[in-house]
Amino acid sequence: MARLNDDNVRLAHEIISRYPRRRSATIPLLHLAQEQDGYLTDDAIRHVAELVGATSAEVLGTATFYEMFKFEPVGTYLINICGTMSCALMGAGELMRHAEQTLGIPVGGTTPDGMFTLEHAECQAACTEAPCLQVNYRHRFRVTPADLDRLVEDLRAGRLGAEIPPHGTLARVRQSIPVESAAGAVTPEQAGAPAWFPAKDPA
Amino acid sequence: MSSYPWAAGYIDDGDRPKIVTSRFHLEDGYTLERYQATGGYDGLRRALAKSPAEVHDEVRGATILGRGGAGFPAGTKWGLMPADKYPRYLVVNGDESEPGTYKDRLLMERDPHQLIEGCLIAAYAAGLAQVFLYIRGEMPLAHERVGQALNEAYAAGYVGTNILGTDFSVDIVLHWGAGAYVVGEETALIESLEGKRGEPRLKPPFFPAAIGLYGQPTIVNNVETLSNLPWLLVNGMEAYTAIGTQTSPGTRMVAVSGHVNRPGVYEIVNGTTTFRDLLYGDEFCQGIRNGNELKAFVPGGGSAPWFTPEQLDLPFEGRLVGAAGSMLGSGAIMVMDHTTDIPAAALTLTHFYAAESCGQCTPCREGGTWLERVLSRIVDGNGTPADLDQLLEIGESICPGAFPHASSSALGLEATPFPYKMTTICFVGPSAYAPVHSALTLFRSEFEAKITRRNSIPVTAVHATPETAGAH
Amino acid sequence: MTATENAGTPPTDDAPVPDPNAVQITVNGVAHTARKGQLVIEAAADAGVYIPRFCYHERMTPVGKCRMCLVEADSGRGPAVTVSCMVPVMPDMKVETESPMAKRMQEGVLELLLANHPLDCPVCDKGGECPLQDQTMTHGPGESRFVEEKRHYEKPIPISDLVFLDRERCILCDRCTRFADEVAGDALIHFISRGNTTQVMTFPDEPFASYFSGNTVQICPVGALTAKPYRFKARPWDLEEIESTCTTCAVGCRTVVQSSRDELLRSQGVDSDPVNWGWMCDKGRFGFEAVRTERVTEPLVRTAHGLEPTGWNAALRSAVQLIEDGKLAAGPSAVAVIGGARGSNEDAFAWARLAHDVIDTPHVYAQMGDGLPVGMLAMPRATIDDTAAASTIVLLGPDLKEELPVLYLRVRDAVQKRRVRIVEFTPRESGLTSLAWKSAVYEPGGQVEAVRAALADPEIADQLAAGPVVVIAGRSNLAESSGATVQAVQTLLAGVPGATVLPAFRRGNVVGALQVGMRPRPGGLDTRGILQAAADGKIECLVLVGADPLADFPDTDLARRALAGARRIVSVDTHLSASAQHADVVLPAAAFGEKSGTTTNLEGRVTTLGRKVTAAGTSRPDWMIATAIARGLGTDLGFRSVDDVTDAIARMVDGYEGVTRDALADSADGVLSAPPATIAAIDPVEVEVPVRNSYDYRLVVTRKLYDAGVTVSNSPSLAHLAPGQRVHLHPLDVERVGVQPGADVRVSSSRSAAVMRVEADPTVLRGTAWIAFNQPGGNVGDLIDSTAIVTDVRIENL
Repeated sequence: MARLNDDNVRLAHEIISRYPRRRSATIPLLHLAQEQDGYLTDDAIRHVAELVGATSAEVLGTATFYEMFKFEPVGTYLINICGTMSCALMGAGELMRHAEQTLGIPVGGTTPDGMFTLEHAECQAACTEAPCLQVNYRHRFRVTPADLDRLVEDLRAGRLGAEIPPHGTLARVRQSIPVESAAGAVTPEQAGAPAWFPAKDPA
Repeated sequence: MSSYPWAAGYIDDGDRPKIVTSRFHLEDGYTLERYQATGGYDGLRRALAKSPAEVHDEVRGATILGRGGAGFPAGTKWGLMPADKYPRYLVVNGDESEPGTYKDRLLMERDPHQLIEGCLIAAYAAGLAQVFLYIRGEMPLAHERVGQALNEAYAAGYVGTNILGTDFSVDIVLHWGAGAYVVGEETALIESLEGKRGEPRLKPPFFPAAIGLYGQPTIVNNVETLSNLPWLLVNGMEAYTAIGTQTSPGTRMVAVSGHVNRPGVYEIVNGTTTFRDLLYGDEFCQGIRNGNELKAFVPGGGSAPWFTPEQLDLPFEGRLVGAAGSMLGSGAIMVMDHTTDIPAAALTLTHFYAAESCGQCTPCREGGTWLERVLSRIVDGNGTPADLDQLLEIGESICPGAFPHASSSALGLEATPFPYKMTTICFVGPSAYAPVHSALTLFRSEFEAKITRRNSIPVTAVHATPETAGAH
Repeated sequence: MTATENAGTPPTDDAPVPDPNAVQITVNGVAHTARKGQLVIEAAADAGVYIPRFCYHERMTPVGKCRMCLVEADSGRGPAVTVSCMVPVMPDMKVETESPMAKRMQEGVLELLLANHPLDCPVCDKGGECPLQDQTMTHGPGESRFVEEKRHYEKPIPISDLVFLDRERCILCDRCTRFADEVAGDALIHFISRGNTTQVMTFPDEPFASYFSGNTVQICPVGALTAKPYRFKARPWDLEEIESTCTTCAVGCRTVVQSSRDELLRSQGVDSDPVNWGWMCDKGRFGFEAVRTERVTEPLVRTAHGLEPTGWNAALRSAVQLIEDGKLAAGPSAVAVIGGARGSNEDAFAWARLAHDVIDTPHVYAQMGDGLPVGMLAMPRATIDDTAAASTIVLLGPDLKEELPVLYLRVRDAVQKRRVRIVEFTPRESGLTSLAWKSAVYEPGGQVEAVRAALADPEIADQLAAGPVVVIAGRSNLAESSGATVQAVQTLLAGVPGATVLPAFRRGNVVGALQVGMRPRPGGLDTRGILQAAADGKIECLVLVGADPLADFPDTDLARRALAGARRIVSVDTHLSASAQHADVVLPAAAFGEKSGTTTNLEGRVTTLGRKVTAAGTSRPDWMIATAIARGLGTDLGFRSVDDVTDAIARMVDGYEGVTRDALADSADGVLSAPPATIAAIDPVEVEVPVRNSYDYRLVVTRKLYDAGVTVSNSPSLAHLAPGQRVHLHPLDVERVGVQPGADVRVSSSRSAAVMRVEADPTVLRGTAWIAFNQPGGNVGDLIDSTAIVTDVRIENL
């Protein structure tokens, strides 16, 4: 599987239609591709480029700017341990060393069974609950080494399947704008003040 | 009840006024049903009963300072758009990622309708034809909650065409980030929303209000800023400005993390609450852990120069904090007790900004990494005496001239106030330097100790664990 | 005198009118008058102060990324750190480029740029002409304190067939990537990754295959991008150079030609404001390789053993003899001269004098049957700048990207930056279709109808009435008679009074050659007529001056019959072309870079050609050869030097009065000539398009930039870039033929048949077939009947 499948192409067109310029859909479509394949394949990037009207190089340039996009397979569960200041002050370094030991891989590595990839991450916006980590971007707070071991065990046993989808799946609730109530994308060419707004801004 | 399992980190002891967190204690506060049952969308109804100009005046009068970091008043910002250029867009900055900061994530997860209502009021008042709600990629729960709320709001006729039977029509499009701190900078956010690399644009000329998304006038407002609007429209300008001070009205959400007894996110009264209140007050953090001594704290997110106990009595007020040599930024305080290895702590932040540099301008791309590497060498015990001045020289190439810092009576230092000059396009480069500069200015002896290897602190310990901390 | 003292009276000549565009500033304390909106970096340059820079390039949107141009500027609120390439001047601004703060910032940025830049200058092609090296000398701290390990990447990697990228040397100034996207429209290189590991890169398996890739090498401020043809060939200080004009096509890009040890090594674009803005296409830039490859180095005469070398005296004698014999056999009009478009104005003028005045034949023509009638030049002429400043550009001609590449860049810029609108009529999607406001893809023969329909469309009519309209007119399909295009242009001009025409004639100096006289006298034949006459046995002596009908004339069969039918053939050429191989005598001609003179571009602009290297072997400039033949025929043309010819053109050619050597020396951008009044307008044309018969695909034949022509096939760096002969069909038509894309099919016309690969190509209109002209591996010219209005073909599964 490499290019977007038919369902995702339909979804892609729906997403594109929300934006005044189709290129704005680049990141959402890359997420769609990553959800489909677990990482971004060259063919998927090419396909996204076609869909948003950019060159493959441009889309690659965008994709490689953002940490969440992966260009080779990663584990089913991507464990990101935060190492920024608040977490570092509260023992993130120790947690990372423990995780390396528990998983038997160095930071940046993937377990041989393809189950886990371990990464160092930057601030995850949960600084009061340090140290924290995310599994496929789902938070875990105030994680002790023992918590981490239990988490790994639960993931291995498939006990968290309902809560944590495989890598690539972000939200399981998508926005869907009903056709009949959509105000529609407003392109820059649609000059003129909106209907409710006095043409000359009194401000 | 002071904290809630469904809103980890949020604490609401005491009887402080609540403007944006009033539904955090409700487990189902994020649903349309509960939102409506608790006065939701009344602000929108009141707004639609007025003219856009009247709503704009109300917001201007309330002086809602932007909560993203720069603190620019929202009403004034809306007024900066050229009067004759349309369409105009609203981009909601939900790419919260400043170290130490989180409140937008909670606002999106806990009260998404409040944010949606705020977007609608802003769009109505400022004539914004389409809204893009940009949420940080690593926040899937926020995405799900806001997505669900939008679906509900469309179905209920709050968003889309002819909202509540008026001629006000606007779409709110939920947009994904994908992991890049710099995208929190408003022009980078716009680039990213255009499907490009999130590289900040130069200001001037690219002030979003004049040249923003697709080159059109664009308002970029922070999630917390917009979340204030429903309350404002329901309760009015006078009620809003009655809270806080004249220059900093209303409340602010502040996250206090690090070595305190009760780290948490608090909605505080703006302008009057002091850092001492926050760090030591009973309704807030209740002091430094294990009765330790406070060594230093970062008052406004990772980019801010550091304060020491000498600045504890400053109130949470932008101009006073600026004059004292730092900034309030995004409302994040990170606390270091006396066990903290200062160079190692600074390194975590410098590493962050170096890693998050977009790479387009030379001083940040090369200077940030260079700072990190020299600092890292020092922390690893491989520094040389010349390295300390080298750090300041690299910093001078990023921020020429005086760099802000706090006063220190112990060191005989006067404060150098904000702002700084910079050779970079945006503040990421200077932010890589800020912790280095603060740490070196206020705690130079700790660096020297590492270089002469007189220090017994193990090189890998950024922190001291609670068990060992008390032993010092 | 007293007028200025009376308040309210308008200023007189005595009182200078305040210039509304003047902005008073100071630069390093010296007062200077800048222009409103001008960038500080430019204003400072005008004031004689060079602000160092890497990312700033005057022909691209400033991005302010490298930060080298930081200065202090005070607009009344105290000195502020100012990005001089992004910030426009303000009234009373005080700019300080050498204050302690400004110097500190410049030194700081340079030190940071050098932090990760390898110090491999001794082995770097850029060494000696490197802005980073130069600015380190003038603005740098003098030493590096960066003791950490530098960034490492795989050393130079090819990012295309012509360009290598060394990422370690790259300073990420965004010049090449900006050029690729903004100027060329080929965003095939891009920044990837982020922060300290940001790098320029292509997408896997999608190389930087841009026709303009060489420009990125030229504008790279370090040695990160190098061009394969020049890598390790010379050091900058060994190069000698001269300004010249590229004659690869008729745009006439200004260039500087560089050599070492009497060998051409490099061409660099020169910024000529009305023409090329410093840009070149890769064919023009690298085509100099053909000058040193497979040249005819000495005269050849036909003997029993074929063409054999001989001396000039003998060769000239035999050329004169062939012409005289031809005249004797059937009179002067049995002699015909084709060519002259590849040389200089001087070459063409001398040959025109020889043909018209000495030989006295009316059959003289510089075109190869692949353009439009010379009468197009009598239409109200637009310049390239007029075109870029128009409100509407109508495209009724070839794909500019393929045939006149730098004109394509200028039109692209006009559309993107000046909001000019394109109305395009084309037989298949062109390089500009995606930028066109309206694009009508018509079936061959249908362009008149398409133009009529457009004129009847109220929206288009409004646009055409809204402001200046320039028509870029040329031959859009070699398998369709030029009459259809002429009629379409006439129809358009009738509907849009005041529209002007930029002739999209292609060959290097074709406009110059036609204007100085290489065109038929009344009663004379055009090239098709000459070839037909030759095929009919009516031409006793055919003279080919840098002309290769077998390769260039669209109807190859006619060309072949003509060369067989002509009793005698004299060829003057740089290379032994397919046609020259049929000659009885071949006189070796000097090539580009080997001769001086002048050339005329498609807008009529005359610029100089520079001589940089010694002509190959004993080859001589064409004008000299014409003069010698004239002398052999008993006439002294009076030309002792090329300057004599230039002077004679100014003196004798209508429209070239102002084109004196003095005027050329005074104007860096050349001198505009006017079309001679003696070129008659074309009478109204009406073509009747035949209905389709059993040949069910209408043929479209156009040129690609890279083909099997002399320049490309003799330039080793370019030769393999020609795509080869394929037939392109709409994907549904491929299905209809019943083959898979990539399979071989038989393409047959009433003339001939050929087997070639079929490509599925959605840019091709259904029911038409597109084949590129003169490609290696076959010649579509065999299928074309130049007497027909359109050519229809049948396409069959083998």
